[in-house]
Amino acid sequence: MRHDYVLKLLESDERLDGRKLDEFRDIKIEADTIERAEGSARVKIGKTDIIVGIKMELGEPFPDVPDQGMLRTGAEFSPIASPEFDPGPPGEDATELARVVDRGIRESECIDLEKLCLKPGEQVWTVFVDIHMINHDGNLIDVSALAVVAALMRTKIPELEDDKINREKLKKKLPIKHIPITVTVGKISDKFLIDPTKEEEQVLDSKLTVAVMEDGKICAMQKSGDQGLLEEETSRMIDLAIKKSKEIRKLL
Amino acid sequence: MGMKSKEKMIVKGKRLDGRNPDEIREIEMKVGVIPNANGSAQVSFGRTTAVAAVYGPRILHPRRLQEPNTAIIRCRYNMAPFSVDERIRPGPSRRETEISKVTRLALEPALFLEKYPETVVDIYIEIIQADGSTRVTGINAASLALADAGVPMRDLVVGLSGGKLDDTIIIDLCGKEDNYSVADIPIAFLPRKNEITLLQMDGQMNPDEVKTIVKNVLNAGKKVYEKQKEVLKKKYHK
Amino acid sequence: MMTEVRKIVLPGEVLGDSKEKKSGYGTFEEDGRVISKFIGIPKEARDYISVIPLSGVYIPKRQDKVIGFITDVERVGWVVDINSPWLAFLPVSEAVDEFIDLKKTDITRFYDVEDVIYAQVDNVKRADIKLTMNTPVARKLRGGITVKIAPSKVPRLIGKEGSMINTIKDKTNTIIRVGQNGVVWLSGEGVKKAIKAIRMVDEKSHIIGLTDEITKLLSD
Repeated sequence: MRHDYVLKLLESDERLDGRKLDEFRDIKIEADTIERAEGSARVKIGKTDIIVGIKMELGEPFPDVPDQGMLRTGAEFSPIASPEFDPGPPGEDATELARVVDRGIRESECIDLEKLCLKPGEQVWTVFVDIHMINHDGNLIDVSALAVVAALMRTKIPELEDDKINREKLKKKLPIKHIPITVTVGKISDKFLIDPTKEEEQVLDSKLTVAVMEDGKICAMQKSGDQGLLEEETSRMIDLAIKKSKEIRKLL
Repeated sequence: MGMKSKEKMIVKGKRLDGRNPDEIREIEMKVGVIPNANGSAQVSFGRTTAVAAVYGPRILHPRRLQEPNTAIIRCRYNMAPFSVDERIRPGPSRRETEISKVTRLALEPALFLEKYPETVVDIYIEIIQADGSTRVTGINAASLALADAGVPMRDLVVGLSGGKLDDTIIIDLCGKEDNYSVADIPIAFLPRKNEITLLQMDGQMNPDEVKTIVKNVLNAGKKVYEKQKEVLKKKYHK
Repeated sequence: MMTEVRKIVLPGEVLGDSKEKKSGYGTFEEDGRVISKFIGIPKEARDYISVIPLSGVYIPKRQDKVIGFITDVERVGWVVDINSPWLAFLPVSEAVDEFIDLKKTDITRFYDVEDVIYAQVDNVKRADIKLTMNTPVARKLRGGITVKIAPSKVPRLIGKEGSMINTIKDKTNTIIRVGQNGVVWLSGEGVKKAIKAIRMVDEKSHIIGLTDEITKLLSD
């Protein structure tokens, strides 16, 4: 019944909370939330609340890219965040979210991974990005991606003393080359929706997530949802995502 | 635990962070931080931060777990990968599994569960930042979350740790102190009757000292109790 | 004589001597003292002290009017979600007046999954909750929208002899049905404004002066 009501409102371009179809909820970015992490941020968009922590560890590079540092992104749909989240290993949604956010960071070359190489072929820095849900009210990908970027921008690399990490000494900033901004556009019949709440997500036909770089180039995309998208719709959704990404970029 | 420090940890009666031996770190408490949960709270003692959520009483599946005359409690203590110096791989460790159990046993005696047959009260504790005494911080957060959720309680539950460093009894151990302390004693209790519901110890200490630490912690815990009451009332007295 | 005090008590707080006043709802007795089980508002009557909790799930009571959502159709009745830790059951015999041959009849023609009903709690036995439509106000609620508030706030939303809810209905020109279980059903033009008022009651029910704030909100 509430689904019907949500749909009815959308037919007249209205939403439950009074927003326009292409409007974001209130956005709050809190940086350096976790002092002990090498980088962190807590982002709230509406009631969705997500913390990202960055840890720097030493590791061996992949053999095919021996002079590059590593990036590993993980997401936990913690059961504190929503009644339907169960404890346990990440399911397909958590895994997809981590990989989509990772793609945006990786493909945009956000982090200068070459500068994270210590001994080619032997030792590099690994950037661990961990996304932790605190409250789920929709649009988890956009909020996660924003928190990740906000955290990376403030991440510092620990000093190495005799090959041992000294986290008490954090001097150098993580070398950032590009800032990708991720915006998801939802579609219901012929309407496009930005920043859906958890309730609105349940009535969407499909979604298109787009990661945009500062020069307007797209570096990652993901379509989700069980309905198809026509070519013209896809074009319009891409344009809308790029337009909204500029607003988000100003907040960082 | 019991690492030998080259320097003194307590100099001129002050601890590493400038505290007196019986002084608790700066406490921050907030209730209702997770709108989706029936009750929730965020608690920090210095740089140790726990977020707790209570979901329930709610329907329990599978049915074979249901108790005909009471609700059951499930408790999960989890540390976020970025909460400590060296990143923790996600997934329950044996340590987290044990802490989940003792936490549940620390909270259960405080709850009236018979009015909710066949249901479950799920208590989830996430440690988002760890600097010693995480389990008792989690218990403080869970106590607030349970009260916030409207689960009937005999009393609030207070958590606090004690130990001994450089021959001095200390309250509320931070991470470093935990490493060098002769013993680490986390305690949880129901403040009206000082009824202890969590008591653990590791280290080496003679019995009289242990009893003294317990007494000191119960005494210092009054401050934590006052803070809990203050934040619960504050939610409604804005 | 009832005295209502808008102070707040906490779980474990001592309210009085059990020799003077007995332990009522929301309290328990220990060592000769009456103690609160909840964060709530204490109420003293002549013979007992009780506490009205400010939060908590809905515990069904006989004769409560509730708004429920049909979640399953079984052979002899319907399973209903009444926003409580337990699911409720509406037997065909309590829902339909005419004679029904259960072997031949598909009862979804009366109520089907996702239908919303305004019903009454007939019987509660431990985790077994039976509903009935055998009361004049019971009916299927068509169209409209539902919102949830904390069940403990329902008396405040209704107000003394319906004063609060009637004000909201009149000023927004909506039909509103309030279930004791914290589910509220609305229909009409002014639904959005009515929902705003309802949310305000949900958040500020313990504040004295709420009626004025609601009136102000509705007049804008």
